[in-house]
Amino acid sequence: MQASIKRRQTQSETTWKVRLQEWWFRNRALIGFVFIFPWFAGFIIFDAAPFVYNLYLSFTDYQIGTVGTPPWIGLDNYTKIFSEDKLFGKSMYNTVYYLGFSVPLRLIFAFLIALILNLRVRGMELYRTLFYVPSVVPLVAATVIFAGFLNTRYGFLNQFLVLIGATPVRWLSSPDAIKPSLILLSLWGFGGQMIIFLAGLQSIPEDLYEAAAIDGGTGWHRLIYITVPLMTPTIFFNLLLGLIGGFQIFEQVFILIGTNGGPLQAGLVYMLHVYNKAFRDFEFGYSAALSVILFLIIFVLTILLVYTSNRWVFYGDAQDDES
Amino acid sequence: MIEDPRTKMVRYIVIYAILTAGAIVMMVPLFWTMSTSLKTRDKITIRRLELIPDPIAWENYPYIFEARPIIRYTRNTMVIVVASLFGAWVPCTLAGYAFARIPFPGRNIFFGILLATMMLPYVVRLIPLFLFFDEIGWTRTFGPLILPRVLGHNAFYIFLYRQFFRGIPEDIYDSARIDGCSEFGVWWRIFMPMSRPVLAAVSIFAFSFAWNDFLNPLIYLGSNKDLWTLALGLNALQGFEGDDNSLNLIMVFSMLMIIPMLIVFYFGQKHLISGVTAQGSLKG
Repeated sequence: MQASIKRRQTQSETTWKVRLQEWWFRNRALIGFVFIFPWFAGFIIFDAAPFVYNLYLSFTDYQIGTVGTPPWIGLDNYTKIFSEDKLFGKSMYNTVYYLGFSVPLRLIFAFLIALILNLRVRGMELYRTLFYVPSVVPLVAATVIFAGFLNTRYGFLNQFLVLIGATPVRWLSSPDAIKPSLILLSLWGFGGQMIIFLAGLQSIPEDLYEAAAIDGGTGWHRLIYITVPLMTPTIFFNLLLGLIGGFQIFEQVFILIGTNGGPLQAGLVYMLHVYNKAFRDFEFGYSAALSVILFLIIFVLTILLVYTSNRWVFYGDAQDDES
Repeated sequence: MIEDPRTKMVRYIVIYAILTAGAIVMMVPLFWTMSTSLKTRDKITIRRLELIPDPIAWENYPYIFEARPIIRYTRNTMVIVVASLFGAWVPCTLAGYAFARIPFPGRNIFFGILLATMMLPYVVRLIPLFLFFDEIGWTRTFGPLILPRVLGHNAFYIFLYRQFFRGIPEDIYDSARIDGCSEFGVWWRIFMPMSRPVLAAVSIFAFSFAWNDFLNPLIYLGSNKDLWTLALGLNALQGFEGDDNSLNLIMVFSMLMIIPMLIVFYFGQKHLISGVTAQGSLKG
């Protein structure tokens, strides 16, 4: 097609086109820059500049009435966080409590169900869909559903507990039950991790299992010496993303129990504290300092995990044999 | 390995028992949502378990469109969805293409920056961005939600595209270039048509992230009811304990948010898995 079009063009047009093509070839680097420019502009506006300005804000006393340059107060925000702010410790405790249960439990459920689904039993696709569908439910809808589901009087769970003769629980209004409720909600969405595990399990070469079977290995041996070691990169990936996401839990709590964090503020997670300081109390400088601390925690944790990962994560050649 | 048929059978019974029990537990909240969405108003406040509603109140579904501006919420949500899809299809693929195929000075540094931004939590950018958009008078408008999306500000999508594009054989690229195709032409005529699996996968992500976004609409549109999205509308409808009279309508609204997601995932499932596994099997 290209050729027939060219034949119809006049000589002068052709040379003009050739020249343009030559220019394109010579200036490939420029085109590279043009292609990444939208992303780079976004990086400056939405990543680099806000990140730097946030750091600056955290050293200032920027509040709602502040006009012009906010007053520089050095480390005052940080000393206040660590010495006076009772909600800092509380919200951090709540967040770590939530993480401590939800992250490992979700990993274990996702891994075990993926292992069972990988046994290639009949009807596997149906079960995979049933386990995965709750993860497709939008977070806002899932949270609203749980608000009803856990409702003390009219929710399913308590009515079911009454039916089997157990004591109903005030899931969302008793301080002891708020965090378990949040953990329950997070467990409902383990399907996303399950799918990632399932993809990992299906990429383990079959001949490894055959070799183990010939050597007389039992199912347990296959799991411990082949499946788990080969799955450590996937486990690591899910663990890291789970922790980073878990530290930033916000919407669920905001919708389920409101900005106060419920009775005795048992549900006040860290992001809620940051949100309240910025958008309810309008103490932007202080809130920026809180956010910097959360960033540092996530950053150090990521570095530590990546650094210690070579002790337990198996980046062998076994998987490369496949390709 | 030869198994005793009886142990094999016991094994299968155990497997199916676990899977079925697990699947029921997972589906109960959704089933309850559906059942509650079809209950009449006086049935939702009965303190007894009733999974199949009697009578079935189909009228709840048309009624929600009268009770809440669902059409407007949907239109507002679609504005964000469309911006997201545009960003995912044009600027993100161009950047992915440049990172995969065009050698320009500093490419590795830029790519390193791209990867680093994937690790940057949103919370450390939230407040400056809000103050910035407030300063230029963009709060209470779609601007802060549309601009990053239109610019393709998503390192994850660009990364996925780059991985996929690197898997397209060098020969195809070379021969197109020798035939006189410009970089733009190669991107449009060769790489885009060849990248349907990854395009489909990214489109599903883009749709669902835009559809589900809550924090950004809350901060920027919270005080402007005309621009509320479905997520904000649903949050507003949901009352705290004590105000349970509209539980059935809340569940109708939830179903309206869930059904499009289920449709998207149902049709995209195949592409989603092939797009992501294709990405996973390419090295580097």
